[in-house]
Order: sequence, then C-alpha cells, then structure tokens
Amino acid sequence: MNKVMSNKLVIALYVLPALLLIVTLIYGPILLTGYYGLMEWNGVGPMTFVGFDNYIELVQDSKFWDSALHSFLLAIFSTLSLAGYLIISLILAGKIKGSNLLRKIYLIPMLLSSVAIAQLWIKIYDPNNGMLNSLLMALGVENPPAWLADPKFVLYAIFVAILWQYAGFYIIIYYAALKGIPESLIEAAKIDGANPVQIAYKIKVPLIAGVIKVTVVLAIVGSLKYFDLIYVMTGGGPNGASEVIASYMYQKAFGSYEFGYGSAVAFFLLIITLIITWITRKLTASGDEVQY
Amino acid sequence: MRGNWTKILFTLSFIVLFVLTACGGGSETSSGSEENESGSESAEKTIEFMHLWPEGSSKQHFEIVNGIIDEFEQDNPDVKVEVEILGNEQYKEKLKVLSTSNELPDVGMAWPAGFLEPYVSGNMFAPLDDILEGPLKDKFVAGTAEAYQIDGSTYSLPLELNITPIYYNKRIFDENGVEVPTTYEELKTAIQTLADNGVTPVALGNKDRWTGSMWYMYLADRIGGPETLNKAIDRTGSFEDPALIQAAEEIQELVEMGAFINGFNGLGNDEAKGYFINEQAAMYLMATWDLPEWTTNEDNPQEFRDSVEYMKFPEVEGGEGDINSYVGGPGVGLFVAENSDVKEEAKDFVAFFVEKWGEKSVTDAGVIPATKVDTEGIELPQMYIDILNDLNEASNLTLYADVQMSPSVAEVHLDMIQALFGEAVTPEEFAKEQEAALAEEEE
Repeated sequence: MNKVMSNKLVIALYVLPALLLIVTLIYGPILLTGYYGLMEWNGVGPMTFVGFDNYIELVQDSKFWDSALHSFLLAIFSTLSLAGYLIISLILAGKIKGSNLLRKIYLIPMLLSSVAIAQLWIKIYDPNNGMLNSLLMALGVENPPAWLADPKFVLYAIFVAILWQYAGFYIIIYYAALKGIPESLIEAAKIDGANPVQIAYKIKVPLIAGVIKVTVVLAIVGSLKYFDLIYVMTGGGPNGASEVIASYMYQKAFGSYEFGYGSAVAFFLLIITLIITWITRKLTASGDEVQY
Repeated sequence: MRGNWTKILFTLSFIVLFVLTACGGGSETSSGSEENESGSESAEKTIEFMHLWPEGSSKQHFEIVNGIIDEFEQDNPDVKVEVEILGNEQYKEKLKVLSTSNELPDVGMAWPAGFLEPYVSGNMFAPLDDILEGPLKDKFVAGTAEAYQIDGSTYSLPLELNITPIYYNKRIFDENGVEVPTTYEELKTAIQTLADNGVTPVALGNKDRWTGSMWYMYLADRIGGPETLNKAIDRTGSFEDPALIQAAEEIQELVEMGAFINGFNGLGNDEAKGYFINEQAAMYLMATWDLPEWTTNEDNPQEFRDSVEYMKFPEVEGGEGDINSYVGGPGVGLFVAENSDVKEEAKDFVAFFVEKWGEKSVTDAGVIPATKVDTEGIELPQMYIDILNDLNEASNLTLYADVQMSPSVAEVHLDMIQALFGEAVTPEEFAKEQEAALAEEEE
C-alpha cells in the first residue's frame, strides 16, 4: 500500500474523478458567477459589460443591507442556540431514563425536507386557524399577532422554525462527541468529589472544544447562506421584513430577471461568508487542545 | 510492480465505469427511442411538455390535459408526449431557470405581454403565426391571441380567457343582514357591517402579491377609468396620476376598516381560498379560472357551492370607470421552443391541443377557453352562462398589471402592493416608487 501511495501517477488517478467533479460543479460556477456579476444581463438576451457598476449599486442598496442584517441576526441566534443544544446533549449523554428515545425525537426534524417543515410551520402560524394562535386565544390573549404577516414578528417566527429544524443535527454531533470521552476520566473526577455540573463544565466541555468550534463555524456559515424556509414560508415578505441575502439574490436573479445584479449579490455573499469564516476561526483558535 | 499495475487498471476501470454511467443517465430518452426504431419505419419522436395543473390542485384541468395527450398520441403513433407538471409559482421559476441554461421544454405555457418579452428578445420562443393563420384561423375570441403578439408575430396561443368578479357567500350575507352592494359606498358599508359582526369580510392571500394587485387595479379603473393605469404603464401617462394615488388611498382605507382577513400579507392565495371555501370569509376577488370550485368541484361541500354567487366590482361614485370594465384577459398560452428538435410535431401538438381544449374545457372543467364557445346543446352551470354573457357585454378588459409590466418593474409593483396593503408606504410613495421604476426602464 505504501508503495502505491508513493507513486505520483496513482495519486493523481485517485484524485482525478473527485477533482474533476468539484472543479466543474463548484469552482467553475463560482468563477462564472463572479464574471456574470460584472455584466448587465436579463438571463436570456445578450450581456453587456458594466464593470463594477453592479457592486457599486450593491453597496448603496439599502434593501441588500437590510437583508444582510437579517442574515447576521440569524447567525447570532443560531450560534447562541448552540449553548442550548449542548446542554440538552450533556443531559442526554448522561445516563438518564429514555435518553435513547429522546435522542430519536430530537433527530426527527432533520429527517423532514425543508419544504415539509415550512408547510408545517405555516400551519402552526396561521393567524386565524393556526395551532399557536388558537392556543393563545384559549389562554385569553385577545388579538394574537399574525406571525408571518407582521413585519415586527415575521423574522423571529421563522428563526424559531429554523432553530427547530437544525436542533437534531447539532445535538447528534455533540452527543457523539460526548460519548467519545473515556469513562475513566469521569470516574476519576467523581472519586475526587466533583459534582455533575463541575464534571460537565470542567471536563466534558473542554474535551469537546474542537467539536464546538466546528459547530460554531457551521452555524454561522449555514445561517449566512440560509434560504429554504424563508423562501417557502414568506418569500422574504412582507415588505422585505424577512428577506435574507440568499433570498434577495434569488429574487433579483429569478424574480426581476436581473441576473447580473443577482450574480453580484451571490459573489458578495461568498466573500462575506469567507471573511466571517476566517474571523471565526481566528477567534476560536485558542492555543492548545485540552487533553487529560 | 505487478501490484501497482493491478491498482492502476482497477482505478482506470472505475473511472470508465463512472463516465459511462454518467453519460447513460443523460441520454436515457434518446436510447429509448432508438430501440423502438427497429420496429417502425419512422423514428419515434418525443415532445417534452411542461404544464402547471397538478392533479392535486387542478384535477379537472389535469384530466383534460391527459385526455388530449392520449388522443394526440393515438392520432400520431410515432410521437410521444412526455409531461412534466409543477404548481403555478414553481412553474414560473423553473421556466426561468431552464431558459437560462437553454433547456426549455418543446412545448410549455407562458403568460402574455411583459412575461413573454425577455423570452422573445432572447429568441427562445418560435413564432406561431403559421398555426394562427392556418388550422386555427378565426377560432380565437378577438383580442386574446393579440396579447401574445410582439412586433407583429404571435409567440404563444392562449388557452384561457378570464374576468375577475367578486365571489360572495350569500348565506353569510343573509345572516348578517347585508344586501348585495351595487355601489362602492354600499360595498364599504357591507364590509363595515361584516367586520362589526366579527365576520371576515374578504379573503385575500397577499403573500403572492398579484392578488392584492387585482384589488388595486379595480379601484384604479373605477376611479380613473380603464386607460389611466394602462397609460401609466405604457408611459403615455404617469403613475403619479391623482386617480392612481386616490385608488391607493382607498386600499389603505379598506385595510383600516378591517376589510381583509387577519394576516393577509402572510397568507398565500391557496390558503386564502381555503378560508372562503371553509365559509370563514364572505368575499373573494378572483379570476374565473376558479369557477369550477364554486360549481362542479365535488371536493367542496354542496352547501357551500350553493351559497356562492358573484357580483361585478361596483362603481365608485364620481369615478370614470363603468361596471362592465373588468380586470382580466387571456391567462396561459402554449409556446413552442425555438431550439426544439421536434418543432413541427410540437406545433401540430399545440394546434391540436388548443382546439381540443376549446371543446373540453367548457364541458369538463367549466373554465372559459380563449377560443369561441358554442354553448348550444351543452348543459352548463348557471354561473358559467352568466359570466359568459357578462364577457360578451364587457366594455373593457384590463390585463393584469404585473403581466403588462416587464419582470423587473413588475417586481417593484408587486412589492409596492404588499407594502401598500401593509401600510408600510403612503399612497404618494407607492405611486412615486413605481413611477421611478417605469421611468428608469424607459431610458
């Protein structure tokens, strides 16, 4: 085996299929998007080169910055929610009754498609017949808000659905990482008289710090380019109150037929995501990995 | 060394296998027709056809389409029709995506005017003048096929013709002591009474935005006359016309009165329709493509269907418009893709489809086709006959504003409609934004 791996030709052969795929399906289109961003193009007819006009317009576009703000808010909310998921996983990974069943329950939203989840939450949020408002009215709230129609609430209403959608994913990651901690360490801590909170805070969390960092990056990047539920539940409305960068890009390219501008938004989104990812990595790269 | 070569061979065969399967997937249809070739003399051809009537939401339409395709395939044994079906909104989006990669289906559905324009200027649709002058000559109701004309050529052939009345639930009206309004003032009184009694006056799904646009268009028509809005769009007039601003004020007054269902800006049209069908709302403004829902669709309770009636959008006192002017016009039409490799067959299919649709849509679906209807000897629901008569007396049909506009201006219009209904803009801002978008495009 060693012999094979030292042969450059073989390495190239092994790598080639995946490389071809990734170049034609991912890197190629990214470059093309950047190129289209320099054009004025309605998607069908001829293109005209306009240089950086699209980007200049983009920087001055208040609707774009509103949607960017919403994306950042989502990133903040999903990062904060990681703490909640971590606590749930800590409890699940401890030997409590029914943890196996609970784990499966938390995972179910992940198995549903985004569109199904969106439909589900549309029904829950229905202003007159919906589950949530029926409940609120039964509890005596007189005029419960129309969640998806009220610009004040719509963004947060969708955030709840998004957090719910991804809870299972992060819980399963944390759970797996926690299960990888050697039992002997925890035994030792117990003998030294540590209580469960101390064990969790001083031993378990530091040991899975690497995994936590990865999930932070995943949550932030995933939020910045988030699209599915918003598109199905509100289409970015009402009046752009729930627009995020990706849905704004879609609306520009496929709604208004401004493919050049839409491409510019997409490319800008890529750059923002890269920068934020880099910053996050820098901020979370804190010295040595903890080992006991 | 030998082990090395085995590995290389193994890898190579893997790549070959991979490439083969990838190619195999792409050319499935063509290899399928090759097999048949040996049997018959002429090669079998496949027409890809995309339409927007899924079985779930448009059962009658769906079945008629399938019936027509079966007949066509029987008449033309060497042609196969492959169907792809999507819902309305998804259809529009998929068509755009396909057009950017130049992979339009051979035959599909398009909307008139502004919708057609990018496709025509991008040379993606084939002109259908030869069918219009040939097999389908004089079959269309005047003014329908013309809506698909750009620079003297017709690029789609219409299937439907619609007008937009207000449907109302007679039982809810009676229970609340509301008379059927004949003027706009009376309509407002009716809305007020219903709202005071805790009944939702109007079901409106304004998440989709074109639904609210129809309310606005009617008010603009009744206040400023049929030409004001059209002129603003074709740039012989201005969107800041006082009548257009006044219409926007009226919309906000209706919103203030609680005319529209709670949360309308977050509801899709299908959800709003659901409220009307569940008898949770008294009125619903929608085009006649929904007629079967109130007449023949067995899925809706008989009791509900019996209580639905319709009225024309009432006249505004002192306004220019008259009651026989409608928002409406031809709906979807069939196009043939310019780069289709079975263009002739596709054109035959379109001609065949339009003709058969004209016969069957009346009896089987109860919608109004764009071709002339001969009602003699067919049994039809009374509402259908009444609407057909109204259509004959129509003084004007104003095509949906978002269809008249180019896609980018239409987006501005639709966003502004949602903002106007949500009271996020003033009527003046509403007019100004659209005037700016229209003016910018004119340059």
